[in-house]
Amino acid sequence: MAAERSPLAEPRSLGREIEGLDALDVPIVEPERRWRAFWDAAWPKLAAAGFVLALWELTVLSGWRPDYVLPGPGRVLAELSELIGTAKFWVAVATTLRRAATGFALAIAIGTALGVVVSRSRVLRRAFGSFITGLQSMPSIAWFPFAILLFQLSEGAILFVVVIGASPSIANGLINGIDHIPPLLLRAGRVLGARGFASLRHVVLPAALPGYVAGLKQGWAFSWRSLMAGELLVIIETRPALGSQLQFARELSDAPGLLALMLVVLLIGILIDGLVFAAIEQRIRRRRGLVEVGARG
Amino acid sequence: MQPAIQIRDVSQTYHGGHSAIQALDRVSLDVAPGEFVCLLGASGCGKSTLLNLIVGLYEITSGTIDVGGRRVALVFQEPALFPWLTVQKNVELGMRFRGVPAAERRQKALELLRLVHLDTFAERRPHELSGGMRQRVAIARALAQEADVLLMDEPFGALDAMTRDVLHDELEAIWSRTAMTIVFVTHNVREAVRLGDRVVLLSSRPGRVVAEFPIGIPRPRSADSLAVAESTAEITERLREEVRRHGR
Repeated sequence: MAAERSPLAEPRSLGREIEGLDALDVPIVEPERRWRAFWDAAWPKLAAAGFVLALWELTVLSGWRPDYVLPGPGRVLAELSELIGTAKFWVAVATTLRRAATGFALAIAIGTALGVVVSRSRVLRRAFGSFITGLQSMPSIAWFPFAILLFQLSEGAILFVVVIGASPSIANGLINGIDHIPPLLLRAGRVLGARGFASLRHVVLPAALPGYVAGLKQGWAFSWRSLMAGELLVIIETRPALGSQLQFARELSDAPGLLALMLVVLLIGILIDGLVFAAIEQRIRRRRGLVEVGARG
Repeated sequence: MQPAIQIRDVSQTYHGGHSAIQALDRVSLDVAPGEFVCLLGASGCGKSTLLNLIVGLYEITSGTIDVGGRRVALVFQEPALFPWLTVQKNVELGMRFRGVPAAERRQKALELLRLVHLDTFAERRPHELSGGMRQRVAIARALAQEADVLLMDEPFGALDAMTRDVLHDELEAIWSRTAMTIVFVTHNVREAVRLGDRVVLLSSRPGRVVAEFPIGIPRPRSADSLAVAESTAEITERLREEVRRHGR
């Protein structure tokens, strides 16, 4: 039959017809207005911050605690602006951020490897799945006595706890992401010839990316918390860090300084979550068409 | 002539919790090289199962399927495009797995996108296209495998009638220009008659070949032609008879 087959000329109108249907069919995607989007995202946050400051001020005015214990926002913000003028503060911030980056990077490496290995094997999954979840719910501060025994009062002890606090979340995020891949995509990959590492790299990991990023985000929150706990306990005299500065402020009963430092810790957490993770998530959602078109509110 | 696909006594049983479901019962079928065969049947006739067996996604319970070492591509009922890749990268991915160099990949992908009239959408992402356009990308992606056999599992089932008509024309034109063998699964009788050189009717639960209808209508065909309507009526009657057997 094939031998007798002569190529059919495509009817000339077919291309036009198809283009016409396509033009009518293509979903309308609104162009993104960056500044508008930025403002839409920013003003509720600013309003919330104002609300919290007002509540704080009211609590202080009520005279619930004397103001050398609970200073008002005005005094704390003045202290903060003074603080950021000192070199020591920036050294402390740099030390803390460096530790956070190192610990988080290690946690990503370990958590990702763990997630890939465990999700690929049913036996390992049964063996370690609930163990990983258990680790995740274990308060990281409970690791410190052991970490100090292992590493003494050193950077090593801090990093150990940061890594052990964050990597289970990252591994779990990845495992979750892999579990939620539509089976159809995996079949499509197999039909196209995806095998072994190529399948992992081009099909499994990209498909699991949203879950993975959620895990990274949670892992970051855990590592930031563990780091602060660590810096309160493991104080290295020669190396000022945000956590140790907090501890010193408490020892000196410097309430405005203490609160100013807490604000810094909070702000860094918010900034990294908002600038890094929110941006990555938004980008993934937009690329994959998971953003509702023309949605209001 | 040696068939492109030789299916011999294939039975397939799925094991559920307590029961075993027989999806296919001793199906035998030969498909000639370059032939366009439509597998037609009501729900539960194991049409999709058969395609999955031919492409090698499932293990066969008993019987043999021989494709003579031919490369087999499969288009699913849903486009199953990778949402994180552009249209072009979706088409390129299979070639990437085969180790085709990047420049050649790009060129081939664009060529295929032109074939399905989507070259202007190469840089878009799947969610920016309509359902019919996505399915055409899926077809281009399958063609990029340079397969000798193209299996299609109700590829146009979810599309509106007008888009489907246009895609029939397009698929027929593409098929006539290549030496490809196509096995096209559908439950739409008119679609089967419109496209196939031969329509193979499968019974339901378990799936079994009950009748074959050679379709000699000259191409290019039109879904609205009298000849198509007549064959459609004949096969529909036979299909209904088959469905009635399952009623009380």
